[in-house]
Amino acid sequence: MAKDHVGGSEDYEALIEEVLKAYPAKSAKRRAKHLTVAKATEEEPDATTGIASKCDTQKSNIKSVPGVMTIRGCAYAGSKGVVWGPVKDMVHISHGPVGCGQYSWSQRRNYYIGKTGVDSFVTMQFTTDFQEKDIVFGGDKKLAKTIDEIEELFPLNNGVTIQSECPIGLIGDDIEAVAKQKNKEHGKTMVPVRCEGFRGVSQSLGHHIANDAVRDWVFDKEDSDAVKAYEPGQYDVNVIGDYNIGGDAWASRILLEEMGLNVVGNWSGDATLAEIERAPKAKLNLIHCYRSMNYICRHMEEKYGIEWMEYNFFGPSQIAASLRAIAAKFDETIQEKCEAVIAKYQPLVDAVIEKYRPRLEGKSVMLYVGGLRPRHVVTAYDDLGMVIAGTGYEFGHGDDYKRTGHYVKEGTLIYDDVTGYELEKFIEKIRPDLVGSGIKEKYPVQKMGIPFRQMHSWDYSGPYHGYDGFAIFARDMDMAINNPVWGLYDAPWKSAPEAIAAE
Amino acid sequence: MSELRQIAFYGKGGIGKSTTSQNTLAALVELDQKILIVGCDPKADSTRLILNSKAQDTVLHMAAEMGSVEDLELEDVLKIGFKDIKCVESGGPEPGVGCAGRGVITAINFLEENGAYDDVDYVSYDVLGDVVCGGFAMPIRENKAQEIYIVMSGEMMALYAANNISKGILKYANSGGVRLGGLICNERQTDKELELAEALAARLGSKLIHFVPRDNIVQHAELRRQTVLQYAPESQQAQEYRSLANKIHNNSGKGVIPSPITMEELEEMLMEFGIMQSEEERLAAIAATDAQAS
Repeated sequence: MAKDHVGGSEDYEALIEEVLKAYPAKSAKRRAKHLTVAKATEEEPDATTGIASKCDTQKSNIKSVPGVMTIRGCAYAGSKGVVWGPVKDMVHISHGPVGCGQYSWSQRRNYYIGKTGVDSFVTMQFTTDFQEKDIVFGGDKKLAKTIDEIEELFPLNNGVTIQSECPIGLIGDDIEAVAKQKNKEHGKTMVPVRCEGFRGVSQSLGHHIANDAVRDWVFDKEDSDAVKAYEPGQYDVNVIGDYNIGGDAWASRILLEEMGLNVVGNWSGDATLAEIERAPKAKLNLIHCYRSMNYICRHMEEKYGIEWMEYNFFGPSQIAASLRAIAAKFDETIQEKCEAVIAKYQPLVDAVIEKYRPRLEGKSVMLYVGGLRPRHVVTAYDDLGMVIAGTGYEFGHGDDYKRTGHYVKEGTLIYDDVTGYELEKFIEKIRPDLVGSGIKEKYPVQKMGIPFRQMHSWDYSGPYHGYDGFAIFARDMDMAINNPVWGLYDAPWKSAPEAIAAE
Repeated sequence: MSELRQIAFYGKGGIGKSTTSQNTLAALVELDQKILIVGCDPKADSTRLILNSKAQDTVLHMAAEMGSVEDLELEDVLKIGFKDIKCVESGGPEPGVGCAGRGVITAINFLEENGAYDDVDYVSYDVLGDVVCGGFAMPIRENKAQEIYIVMSGEMMALYAANNISKGILKYANSGGVRLGGLICNERQTDKELELAEALAARLGSKLIHFVPRDNIVQHAELRRQTVLQYAPESQQAQEYRSLANKIHNNSGKGVIPSPITMEELEEMLMEFGIMQSEEERLAAIAATDAQAS
């Protein structure tokens, strides 16, 4: 096993050069634009992290190079898998051939409260299961029939979304007309989403399309019961972009409620359609996953005048800073309660740090996640004394890389839409103490003898948000890194000859 | 039995592809050829004159009715018409929905797999309008039609379409083996029509196979859902189709890889024939009218 560790920004520049050598000249040139090292900057350091670096020097959000292994998803994944799928009281139809729905069945551990199959449908799979004849003759009739069947079999559904798979865009089906017709017939919200997989370069466009569908097909329905029954209050906030992976949204919500705020909607983990409909009546939008839902926040700001702010509930220092920033938008009663909440959880934080920091201090981490966590979780590692060696986004845009500069220090390796080969080489050369990425990276990394945690699904653990989440996060990282199995990595027979000689 | 020969008729919509192809194939029977016509048009009107009625049971409609194309039997869709010519229509969706191109692919695969091509000398594909997508290019792909006959006239858009279809043929000529058999001019009585058709054929590196004169008898036959060969076998027009059939029959293996021209070259060609004015000529003409007016 290679032990030629590299470290520091000059080494990283050389490492990028070395890795690129494997490509043909044209591919190397294109990929070089996505790999960089965080540079020094003149900007003021971030108030919370005390960090400022320049991470937005490379390209992002452009087409992957054909022939390399990218782990990006498609627009359908962005809409059905991320934004719409967790809305629990609506049925989400995977409209097209069976595969897309089949392989995204069960969703992404977006926890919810409800009776599955009665009033909640997140982990069920609904598909129009296109056959050849549906391609040739069009699938609108089948879609209409599917919606009728859903209405009959699951009468407690509060609406239906139509998640378009690739063929829908190719054969030009008029799903909007079907949605309007069925809305009239059943009196329920019908949302056609044009998230055909071939659109855009990654799942990112699917988020945007899904956001637009909320704007065009859900908002401004004054006759909605949810909107009519809603009595606005001065402390009403929406949580936007928390998908409740492993219960994240619940661990976040209690903090906001304890400080006196009224969370009227959580988008879209554990969400109901009503929460989305009445969102424009709230006072403030709190956005966690900026990448997937900033679009709708900007729209609500423009149209309804609702201010929005980003916050971060990973790790105690960011949680406290975020709680205070949120409280600053409200009156003194909230601000006082906010301080009380921070104080209340301080003993928990102290205990967690006291227990785990000595076990994790100085350990290095490489991250490769989606569109938010490559920067947002960094401070949770910081709070445990761990160091980020490299980070990168699957589908981040320029504004994400710009924000990353507030989280990672100068000299950090930055990789955008990293290929399977590049990431493996980087990990092999840097040999961090922990890699945090997805299921496709997990086993190759562990086979290299390096501890790993899935950072999309929390590796079937969680929540990681909020103070309660931090305790679980710290335990999980310790469990991965300090697992005794890594001490048994070298095969016993490799050292056997000496033992025999000694006998 | 000689080796199976596969040909296809392409051309601009409304040019008379189906009429020309059915009349020609009806004449080809007289040369003792067993023929299968595959209509690749959702309107399913490529075999109407041979069957003396519009085909009702198309491959795709029958398949949709029965569940899938696998449930379909060849007998369900293969119809016998004038002088034992076999006819199949691919069928397809009504205009504006679904994917007719995919339908053509499905239908042709079905016919091949189910032995529709056994025991015939000729398979002729009649394909809708322009080569709009991959599905309608199916007959010119590998192991399908060896020669393509483009039905055209002296009209600008018909010439344009003929050139475009040649581009489609060129694309598949090297990977498959498809060739341009030649142009068939279906007379529209436009200016210098014969000369234009010959000039375009020469530009494409091909030839004008036949110039089919305009004759109202074709209309009379068509109204009776018949070919001229059936309606008036002794007429002069029937002789024209016999002559065309003969030329196609003897044209086996003589197709070429076409050399399509650019839009500019096509326009230049029309100017040469004085059909289209050049920019200067048009300005001069406008100036002349203005001068007259004042």
